[in-house]
Amino acid sequence: MDNRNDSLDPRQSGNPYDAMDATERRTDPSTAQDQAGAQAVGAGSPQDLPDDTFASRGAVRQTVGIGRSTETGSYVFPAFDDHHPPEKDLIDDCVHCGFCLPTCPTYVLFGEEMDSPRGRIYLMNKALTEEPMNDQMVRHWDLCLGCMACVTACPSGVQYDKLIEATRGQIERRYQRSPQDRAFREMIFQLFPYPNRLRLAAAPLKLYQRFGIGDRLRKAGVMDMLPKRLKAMEALMPMLTEQQEVPEVTAPVGEKRRRVGFIKGCVQRVFFSDVNSATVRVLAAEGCEVVAPKGQGCCGALSVHAGREEEFQRFARNLIDEFEDQGLDNIIINAAGCGSTLKEYGYLLRDDAEYAERASAFAAKVRDVTEFIQELGPVAERHPLPVSAAYHDACHLGHSQGIRRQPRQTLKQIPGMEVREIKEAELCCGSAGIYNMVEPEPATELGDRKAKNVLNTGARMVVTSNPGCMLQIQASLKRMGESMPMAHPMEVLDASIRGEPVETLLRQ
Amino acid sequence: MASKRLIDQMTAILGPEGVISEREQLRSYECDGLMNYRVVPDLVVLPETAEQVQKIVKLCHDEGIPFVARGSGTGLSGGALPVEAGVLIVLSRMRRILEVDIPNQRVVVEPGVINIWVSQAIADEGYYYAPDPASQIISSIGGNLAENSGGVHCLKYGFTTNHVVGAEVVLPDGSVVDIGGGKAPDAPGYELLGAFVGSEGTLGIATKITLRVVRKPEAVSTLLAAFKDTEEAGDAVSGIIGSGIVPAAIEMMDALCIEAVETAVHPGFPEAGAILIVELDGPQAEVETQFQQTIEICEEAGASEIRIAEDDAERALFWKGRKAAFAAMGRISNDYYVQDSVVPRTELGAVLKRISEIGREAGMRVANVFHAGDGNLHPLVLYDNDVPGEAEKAEDVAGEIVLICLEHGGSLTGEHGIGKDKMKYMPKMFTTDDLNVMQLLRCAFDPHHLCNPGKIFPTPRLCGERPGPFRMHPVQKAGLAENF
Repeated sequence: MDNRNDSLDPRQSGNPYDAMDATERRTDPSTAQDQAGAQAVGAGSPQDLPDDTFASRGAVRQTVGIGRSTETGSYVFPAFDDHHPPEKDLIDDCVHCGFCLPTCPTYVLFGEEMDSPRGRIYLMNKALTEEPMNDQMVRHWDLCLGCMACVTACPSGVQYDKLIEATRGQIERRYQRSPQDRAFREMIFQLFPYPNRLRLAAAPLKLYQRFGIGDRLRKAGVMDMLPKRLKAMEALMPMLTEQQEVPEVTAPVGEKRRRVGFIKGCVQRVFFSDVNSATVRVLAAEGCEVVAPKGQGCCGALSVHAGREEEFQRFARNLIDEFEDQGLDNIIINAAGCGSTLKEYGYLLRDDAEYAERASAFAAKVRDVTEFIQELGPVAERHPLPVSAAYHDACHLGHSQGIRRQPRQTLKQIPGMEVREIKEAELCCGSAGIYNMVEPEPATELGDRKAKNVLNTGARMVVTSNPGCMLQIQASLKRMGESMPMAHPMEVLDASIRGEPVETLLRQ
Repeated sequence: MASKRLIDQMTAILGPEGVISEREQLRSYECDGLMNYRVVPDLVVLPETAEQVQKIVKLCHDEGIPFVARGSGTGLSGGALPVEAGVLIVLSRMRRILEVDIPNQRVVVEPGVINIWVSQAIADEGYYYAPDPASQIISSIGGNLAENSGGVHCLKYGFTTNHVVGAEVVLPDGSVVDIGGGKAPDAPGYELLGAFVGSEGTLGIATKITLRVVRKPEAVSTLLAAFKDTEEAGDAVSGIIGSGIVPAAIEMMDALCIEAVETAVHPGFPEAGAILIVELDGPQAEVETQFQQTIEICEEAGASEIRIAEDDAERALFWKGRKAAFAAMGRISNDYYVQDSVVPRTELGAVLKRISEIGREAGMRVANVFHAGDGNLHPLVLYDNDVPGEAEKAEDVAGEIVLICLEHGGSLTGEHGIGKDKMKYMPKMFTTDDLNVMQLLRCAFDPHHLCNPGKIFPTPRLCGERPGPFRMHPVQKAGLAENF
């Protein structure tokens, strides 16, 4: 190839083809005409594509590179100890095909391998076989929202849920977080799983909200001085409503069809107590005797998702104690995040000689409320609610429990109700347990993306089964200067069964 | 590890969020969809614009640093395997659809755009992008172009090369050129596009790709037919093609494959020795007549059951089962080794028989799923990496399968590419002179061998280099030493 005619080699200085004007055929590709064309076509573009796909629409701001900074310099070798490390067999199920990538929120945001399920599993394998656990690894595992969209997408049946839970347990026991990080996490876990403490903490909040202190501080620029995590918490705080207590026993309307236990949840109980009341009314209307033991505490979902194993086990044992001797046919939960953990009790307490079997028996009775109603078959009369609602799949309902049909069906059984689908439905809203408090930037980006997709449905209201999602979407809507009535499927159904006008639901 | 200087230079081009240099992070890029080979890159860069790609490549060229382009990392031949002491250029952030031009049947995209996004973007206009590799929900157009990807519908519509009409390419020296046509379909001069598509990333990096899109057919009919064994199913394939019908797709899966898929995505496939999925598309009248003919041919060949997709949902379920086939192998085996050989359609029966014999003799399970219409086989040799010796045995079996295919007048690869994985077989298919001609072309684009070096062409083995899949040294396994 070296004997080529140098005078014609375009690598030489000057372009030998210049004289022929050959370059003219290559006009500037980004002409105004082309762009206009792209815009015109982009307008009618289909549902499933992310907004930043189209050059003509401008890119969405991205929190890329957020997983890169490191803080503590901690280093643990070997990375995992013998107490339930992520199982090699489960890791080996991953064939590295990459089908999980497009549904992973962090991969969608950052486009980086180590912030995808495939990459995280790869790192687990490295940590299991050869590498120490260090800041970078922990950072990428921390950034996982635990939304389990990858579990839905995976054709190989990789149980990523078990893998990440095991990994998080190891992190919490073995890895040294920075003092601020530790303190913040401790604060969350001393507060949220304890409804009484949460209620106490929420009391001054009520005054804070009544006098609009937040808005005034925001105007004064004081909010900008808060650390970003506290700022995120402030933005997420819901407007407090009057507390409604669920009675210990509620009699069925008409003939008794089932005797069911009701789990009140923590955030649900304090911030969304009317959802609980609505749920109990619906269950009673469907012929259930509803038992809500007074002594029940947290189910431990937040703890287990954060790898706080002992704390979780304490909560779980208490809850089993509260419910098991009540002669219940089923145990009903209306919060998606709690439901997915409750159904895993058998697995999560497998080492506990005293509780393992009882936990499995308990878990077998657990049902999400929409799942239960569809199983039972509705009998109560539904009154019309002529309204369009966007239904948002909570990840822990759709991905973790595979419950997508039942809530939609529950809504569609109401005459006049129109259920609209949200674009990118499989993508997490960024709430993800405590995620929006510990990782506010990506959470906010995901929240805004979800809120935009929700608004684009043009529906009058949004319906979802998880308190975290409600807070998250509400916060994003508020940030965008928008608002939209929000409800749990049970509130909608309750309004229908009671024959209330649709305006009750649309009142913010 | 990359030098501080190189990291700084790359950071100057891309900003800190576009440069990955920490060891653990680099390790997650050490292999693509094929895990048998692993090389930790020195540096990973994530450009967002063509200009950044150009600057990165120019820098690599000036510094004599080898580089490899990567899209979504789903390739099955190690084409995006990093090179030692090299830079990995990941295009996953260049994922914008730049232009949709339906009147001219073209869509212009960046290389990181996912295959299926193209079809989604133009669905409302009644158009779609025809090449549909099984990985289409995640594989990128840039990667499809590099590998000349096929897919189940390529029997009728052709491979990626038939659907790329132009590309803006950063050459290995950092210069930017446009190859192929613009809005006019045919450009005079050398058919550089033909050389570039399927060059497995060795001739440059495409930064803007113009795709031809086609109108959705008026009618689509899909059936699933169950047979006693692959031979019977093979007869049906020959019968259909022999009758002059050009189906949009004919796919075959054997019993082992059906089992895996059934566990994974529950498409409700019947229990059988082999199933065929046949899809016809085109004008309503033509599809109706030929579909009836196809059913008759399948029945004559001995089909025990024929299921017709009643609606789009059922059709989607058939295809979901087919497209999840590789990934679903994880359900029945820890590891698998996939081949991609092509044999003349007339040799299908004989070759399949030999494959099952080879598997039986070696005591290995071999699952088969393939594009029966164009004779593109995907035998999956199942093994367990944790059982000493199994990986080697699997590779031997896979190697034998390749040789059998070549004996029957076949080819090494239909759509996965040669990459790292199959380069050792190249001399079995081509003469030295054949290979030299290819090398000459490569040298014209990349005289310094910086652009995805060590792929496609077999290299002489170095002292101490062992053939076969990646195996960790025991000392390394014990954590006493590490790879640099």
